[in-house]
Amino acid sequence: MKKILEVDDLHISFDTFAGKVQAIRGVSFDLYKGETLAIVGESGSGKSVTTRTIMRLLANNGHIDQGKILFKGEDLVHKTEREMQKIRGKEIAMIFQDPMTSLDPTMNIGNQVAESLRKHKKVSKKEALASALELLKLVGIPNAEQRLKNYPHQFSGGQRQRIVIAIALICYPEILIADEPTTALDVTIQAQIIELMKEIQQKIQTSIIFITHDLGVVANVADRVAVMYGGRIIEVGTSDEIFYHPQHPYTWGLLSSMPTLEMEENELYAIPGSPPDLLDPPKGDAFYPRNEYALKIDTLEAPPFFEVSPTHQAATWLLAPHAPKVTPPKEIVRRWRLYEQKTGLKQTALN
Amino acid sequence: MEQTQLNVKQFSADSFEPLIHAERESREKIVAPSLTFLQDSWRRLKKNKGAVISLFILIAVAVIAFGSIWVSPHDPTKQNVKYINLPPKIPGVSLDGFNGTALIGGQRVDKYAQANVPEQVHFYLGTDGLGRDLLSRLLMGTRVSLIIAIIAALLDLSIGVTYGMISGMKGGKVDNVMQRVLEVLSGIPNLVVMILMLTIFEPGMTSIILAMIVTGWITMARIVRAQALKIKDQEYVMAARTLGESSSKIALKHVLPNISGVIIVQMMFSIPSAIFFEAFLGFIGLGLRPPAASLGTLLNEGYKTFRFLPHLMWAPAITLSVIMVCFNLLADGLRDAFDPKMKD
Amino acid sequence: MNQVAMPNKLLDVQNLKQYFHPGQENEVRAVDNVSFHIYEGETFGLVGESGCGKSTTGRSIIRLYHPTDGEIYFNGEDISKLKGKKNMQQFRRDIQMIYQDPYASLNPRMKVQDIIAEGIDIHGLAESDADRNQQVNDLLELVGLDKSHATRYPHEFSGGQRQRIGIARALAVQPRFIICDEPISALDVSIQAQVVNLLQELQRKKNLTYLFIAHDLSMVKYISDRIGVMHFGKLVEVGTSEEVYRFGLHPYTESLLSAIPLPDPDYERNRRRVTYQAPKEDGKERSLKEIASGHYIYCSDDEVPFYQKKLEQKKRQ
Repeated sequence: MKKILEVDDLHISFDTFAGKVQAIRGVSFDLYKGETLAIVGESGSGKSVTTRTIMRLLANNGHIDQGKILFKGEDLVHKTEREMQKIRGKEIAMIFQDPMTSLDPTMNIGNQVAESLRKHKKVSKKEALASALELLKLVGIPNAEQRLKNYPHQFSGGQRQRIVIAIALICYPEILIADEPTTALDVTIQAQIIELMKEIQQKIQTSIIFITHDLGVVANVADRVAVMYGGRIIEVGTSDEIFYHPQHPYTWGLLSSMPTLEMEENELYAIPGSPPDLLDPPKGDAFYPRNEYALKIDTLEAPPFFEVSPTHQAATWLLAPHAPKVTPPKEIVRRWRLYEQKTGLKQTALN
Repeated sequence: MEQTQLNVKQFSADSFEPLIHAERESREKIVAPSLTFLQDSWRRLKKNKGAVISLFILIAVAVIAFGSIWVSPHDPTKQNVKYINLPPKIPGVSLDGFNGTALIGGQRVDKYAQANVPEQVHFYLGTDGLGRDLLSRLLMGTRVSLIIAIIAALLDLSIGVTYGMISGMKGGKVDNVMQRVLEVLSGIPNLVVMILMLTIFEPGMTSIILAMIVTGWITMARIVRAQALKIKDQEYVMAARTLGESSSKIALKHVLPNISGVIIVQMMFSIPSAIFFEAFLGFIGLGLRPPAASLGTLLNEGYKTFRFLPHLMWAPAITLSVIMVCFNLLADGLRDAFDPKMKD
Repeated sequence: MNQVAMPNKLLDVQNLKQYFHPGQENEVRAVDNVSFHIYEGETFGLVGESGCGKSTTGRSIIRLYHPTDGEIYFNGEDISKLKGKKNMQQFRRDIQMIYQDPYASLNPRMKVQDIIAEGIDIHGLAESDADRNQQVNDLLELVGLDKSHATRYPHEFSGGQRQRIGIARALAVQPRFIICDEPISALDVSIQAQVVNLLQELQRKKNLTYLFIAHDLSMVKYISDRIGVMHFGKLVEVGTSEEVYRFGLHPYTESLLSAIPLPDPDYERNRRRVTYQAPKEDGKERSLKEIASGHYIYCSDDEVPFYQKKLEQKKRQ
């Protein structure tokens, strides 16, 4: 598969009165043509900061300290604002969480959808509006012809998010970054929007970076998943690998802390403690203070990536050759067994 | 991955033993220093140079103006026909304009010598047409302006905050009636109120203050009401209500502290307009009566002889401008300091 | 639920109506003729999408609003018309609430100890300052925080910690019944489980009864003994959580259930979403009707056999 975006060893920090917050501490990942990569993590894990940096939309007190963002062979880190404006919206588009604040309340939706097209490609207003109409039909706005002249407040929350998606897609971008696009929506609307995004991806072959904290949504949309914690990616793999064969104790914790159908009462696993304060990140592995499977070495040295399969890496010392064998939580054992059935790979750790 | 091999060898086998966790404190620890609201605001205000300088200038002006009640260079109301219209004279300064000389018919003349002023007597800013020391009168005028500022602030705090708070917290019909009353009051121009006052009272401080009592607090009341309506719906206010807290306690404990920033900022913005209102009344002759002086009356007197004795108008004009600019800059700085959205 | 003895109905809501601007053009029927009851010691989950009236129901029960009509019996006493400061004060101690937004539910200008002690101060539950401090420290410990946190301000805490402070505040007045108004929807996944576990632990320790309002059906199913599904101000289905989750009968429940994503790619690949179409207005009188023991559906009399048959079919599968 063709690599379309390559993020390499990104370090980002924010200056605050209390000191330097190291929001991103060495993040690397690739994005391939036509795939959906989900970035999962809690608030403060750095998932939004990473994608905002790709768009170069960092707040004023944020700095890229180190790293490369290669898009079509060019490093976005060194682009000027003017150069970025040509890329934003045209080649890399973004959908935000709140559909109400990402639409201009004083402009009708036909013009809003057409605006980006007119800015990036030299087309007449009529042509742009025609494309806008086509796209609004594609995202499933009923009676799109009549509603071109309507304003955002005349649409429901779900429809607004559809319009936002239409705006993002009007230039057929190579990459679509969706930052929690369904978090503000009800479950039934969320399901519709996700179906729509998958459908459109099929049609126009765009690559999607999907940021969310909802593992259910991830299981639905993602081809590959990257789990972030404390400003780093701690595990990355295909959707099946992350959900059925997770290796990092944090991923274990996340998956066990969601109730499943089979779960009996009083069985929910909770990761103790709170996320790390990146003003003063722990030495070693950021997760060790909350990690019941922590090793002594976790307090000294951050673990490197260990390869589980060619597509699956996890940054935990538990995968090191000298590490003791541990039995993961019950829910994870269940998932490993499923993986065993699916792939036929024997899970030695379970015996 | 290549680097994996390298890294692992560096560590001894016992470093791969399970870690025994100490206590939960380390998991729940809070790193950032604890800052109260005021400390936090002060930290941000300090960053704003203009606001800090303004604050110090205002403190200095206030100390000097009120100090002059006891230590004044001269008696501000004592007339002395022998010493009329003297130019400024500052000891040790030989700059034209500040050395007691004036240009008469193209010639520099020592006016002090002409008026037989004793050697040790200086009028730093000269004297007016009745021989009163301008500096002393300026200090007196500044004092009046600052008193007006304090009164405006007190009115804002007492009537404005109370009215707005009751209106906002009660809501419904009470709010409706109170707002209509405000609309009627704010419909009457200040000047009309002032002229009406003059039909009953002598022109002077009393009538200015009464005019301010009628209308000076309206903006504050509106802002407090809007803020109270907003805070009223916050979940912590609901929590207090479900705990059985009374409305008045909620207003004092929950609403007021959370809008204190807005109140202070609005107060700081209303002060310069009150000072200007008084100065304006003084200037058009509806303000203080001589021998009392305010910056407005000084301006009024000064502008009549501006062509010949410009210092009589420059001094009060600069003072008034500095005070107003300082209040505005400080208010601006405070607004940024109290606004949590500016947090960085 | 204890099946041996007849469980005590701690809360019994009958025909609750909460209209805003009643009789005016912009009348909103946020809660329209809702009836349900909660047994002592159980957790009743109320689910529905935003705007369905679930939070309004909670707020009407705790009397943040004046109910337009209907009765709310708490421990046998009708609290919907409760008046007088003295009656209200006892009621305010018995029923407490935990709020959705951990950032908006704590007064940013108050120290944690004063936030938690607010109820203690109002009801005069502390004999002395030392007693007050002791109670605050005990509450902090109960919710898994440290007593050194007492002198800090809310903004210094993480979302999960703040939510625990909110829980401590509610517990300070020793309530019997707590309304949890979407207490976990603003929290991260790993923190949600902490709060849910804490709520369950407290329920056991203090014999609390919960009304758990949420839109996340899988979490509601996990924590609740019984579930009510709300749609446009009406309760459309009530039953034990197993029953509703596995054999949801009302078309709206079915659509809601089919929309929940689960962290399981294989399940997700096969999940088929059902869209809910509101039935045409046919003039039939509808209300909650018992289809099977303890399983209620909002329907008309002649629809009862249909749902009974549907339930049988589902159970056979």
